[in-house]
Amino acid sequence: MTASAASVRAKGRAKNIFSSPIASAAAWIIAVVWTVPTFGLLVSSIRPEKDINSSGWWTFFSNPNISFENYQKVLFEGTTTNPPLFQFFFNSLAVTLPAVIFPITLAVFAAYALAWFDFRGRDTLFFGIFALQVVPLQLTLVPLLQLFAKGLQIGDVTIIPDLGITGTYIPIWIAHTIFALPLAIFLLHNFISQIPKELIEAARVDGAGPFTLFSKIVLPLSVPAIASFLIFQFLWVWNDLLVGLTFGAGSKEVAPMTVRIAEMVGTRGSGWEVLTAGAFISMAVPLIVFFALQRYFVRGLLAGSVKG
Amino acid sequence: MMQFAIFAARKTPWDIIGENFTLLAAALLAFASVVVVLFLVAGRATVRAQEWLKYLVFLVPALLLLLVGLIYPTIRTIIFSFMDAKSENFVGLDNYVWAFTIPEILVVLRNTAVWVFLVPFFSTAIGLSIAYMTDHMKRPNVIKSLIFMPMAISFVGAGVIWRFVYAFEPNENRADIGLLSAIVKFFGGTPPNWLLESPGNTYLLIAVMVWIQTGFAMVILSAAMKNVPDEIVEAAMLDGATPIKRLFRVTIPMIRATLVVVLTTIIIGTLKVFDIVRTMTGGNFQTNVIANEMYSQAFRQMNYGTGSALAIILFLAMIPVIIYNIRQLRLERTER
Repeated sequence: MTASAASVRAKGRAKNIFSSPIASAAAWIIAVVWTVPTFGLLVSSIRPEKDINSSGWWTFFSNPNISFENYQKVLFEGTTTNPPLFQFFFNSLAVTLPAVIFPITLAVFAAYALAWFDFRGRDTLFFGIFALQVVPLQLTLVPLLQLFAKGLQIGDVTIIPDLGITGTYIPIWIAHTIFALPLAIFLLHNFISQIPKELIEAARVDGAGPFTLFSKIVLPLSVPAIASFLIFQFLWVWNDLLVGLTFGAGSKEVAPMTVRIAEMVGTRGSGWEVLTAGAFISMAVPLIVFFALQRYFVRGLLAGSVKG
Repeated sequence: MMQFAIFAARKTPWDIIGENFTLLAAALLAFASVVVVLFLVAGRATVRAQEWLKYLVFLVPALLLLLVGLIYPTIRTIIFSFMDAKSENFVGLDNYVWAFTIPEILVVLRNTAVWVFLVPFFSTAIGLSIAYMTDHMKRPNVIKSLIFMPMAISFVGAGVIWRFVYAFEPNENRADIGLLSAIVKFFGGTPPNWLLESPGNTYLLIAVMVWIQTGFAMVILSAAMKNVPDEIVEAAMLDGATPIKRLFRVTIPMIRATLVVVLTTIIIGTLKVFDIVRTMTGGNFQTNVIANEMYSQAFRQMNYGTGSALAIILFLAMIPVIIYNIRQLRLERTER
């Protein structure tokens, strides 16, 4: 005990030697600079429309007028052609839930198979999936969209029929699932292959088949890795524009919030009062998730990047 | 509830949400039941049947999706890039010749190159500095969280945030609402119309991407620095090395592998950047980049030939980075 206490004290002393007030001050300044733009947006979103358009947000502090009218306006006012933002908020939720659950489920399955099934070409297959991570989304957009719109025919033989799902959530869900799989399988495989072999062998000796093994041992032990990837994928899907834009087929009934905000920026009609409030609404959920679960998010990032 | 009166004749937002959530519930339920039923059935199968059933349940679904969703489309795109706008006739290398001769597209390629050099350089340099400055700080968490926060914000959200910073007021008699203009005026300068004037506007967009990626670089590099043994740093200190020298002589060489991973990850992310340009300038005023132009060609002009060629160019630009990364990974494996 005394030894560990001494080492803790030594560590503390070392910290004091290393840290310099100038470095700390510089770090603080950068942190403030990094935060000011977001802070300005937040402050603006709660100012009355007249104030936003006639004075800088920093004057708020000498002339604090608070109004939640912008939020009211952007969330609930709209027409059939320009629906209110709350509809898109629910669209984002409906896009995100399956687009997180589907790929993680399939990836845990595949990672388990690649880590613990013995078959020829296993390592080649794993390496191939790893390599697929680099295929940029852009490379697959046009053919994948045609696949959803028309099915797949080779010559006269229909391999995949036209499913009539364009304009629903289904293409967005499937597209997100596909794009998430390579990274998800890679990260989860790294974790699942670390499960002690003795544990798996012991369960096998006890008569557990591949399915029991998965649900009784592999799945419970993978929870931390699954949680990390869950946050990752949630942020990715919620914040995505490209997939929502292309696979949503321009339908406002399925478009997520990012698509709507991007559209609001493009049209001249939207003033800063609705843009600031709208942008902040779209950022609120990921920011809450981020601050609440930052540790797991960082763990997920590190699993993907720091090696050795 | 008043404002919904206007929707009465047609579907209200709540109707749409209701329909959508019915589909959502159905999809989740269907997915869950398929998984549960598969497990129940397969779990009761004979040991011999399980030997092949396990591949069918665990491996085949993911592989099928990857095959149909990534490999097949990639091959199709390669073929499309050699065909005309409607993918009816082969046109040889025309689309590639187009990409490398039309002045507009040359601007796009040049801009993309500028992005790919500046974003990784500045994000990594600033991220590294902050990681180094906070490495032995007592409570670095608030600083790190603030710098890391933009990672949670969508590129679209970041676009709005920074458009507001760059807002330009043409009427001199009116107060500025954009922070950058106000700062320039405070120091006695005359602000330009930020997002309209090339080439400055491209750098302003790049700043947004740097703002987002710095937190990523910082977190990863900070974790790598924690693995640098204190003894080595102390030894360098005893030798009288200044903090700056220590950074370049000790810390950077020790975290080199991680530095490469960070740089390559940001390079690939930058090549694919689309949302920032789209929300901030729409690719106008000479700020366009490949990923955005690819979208415009394929989905605005409906030209699958040129759109696919640009996608291929994007991919080819990544290949050297990827090869380097794979080599690095192999090297590490052999070292073990």
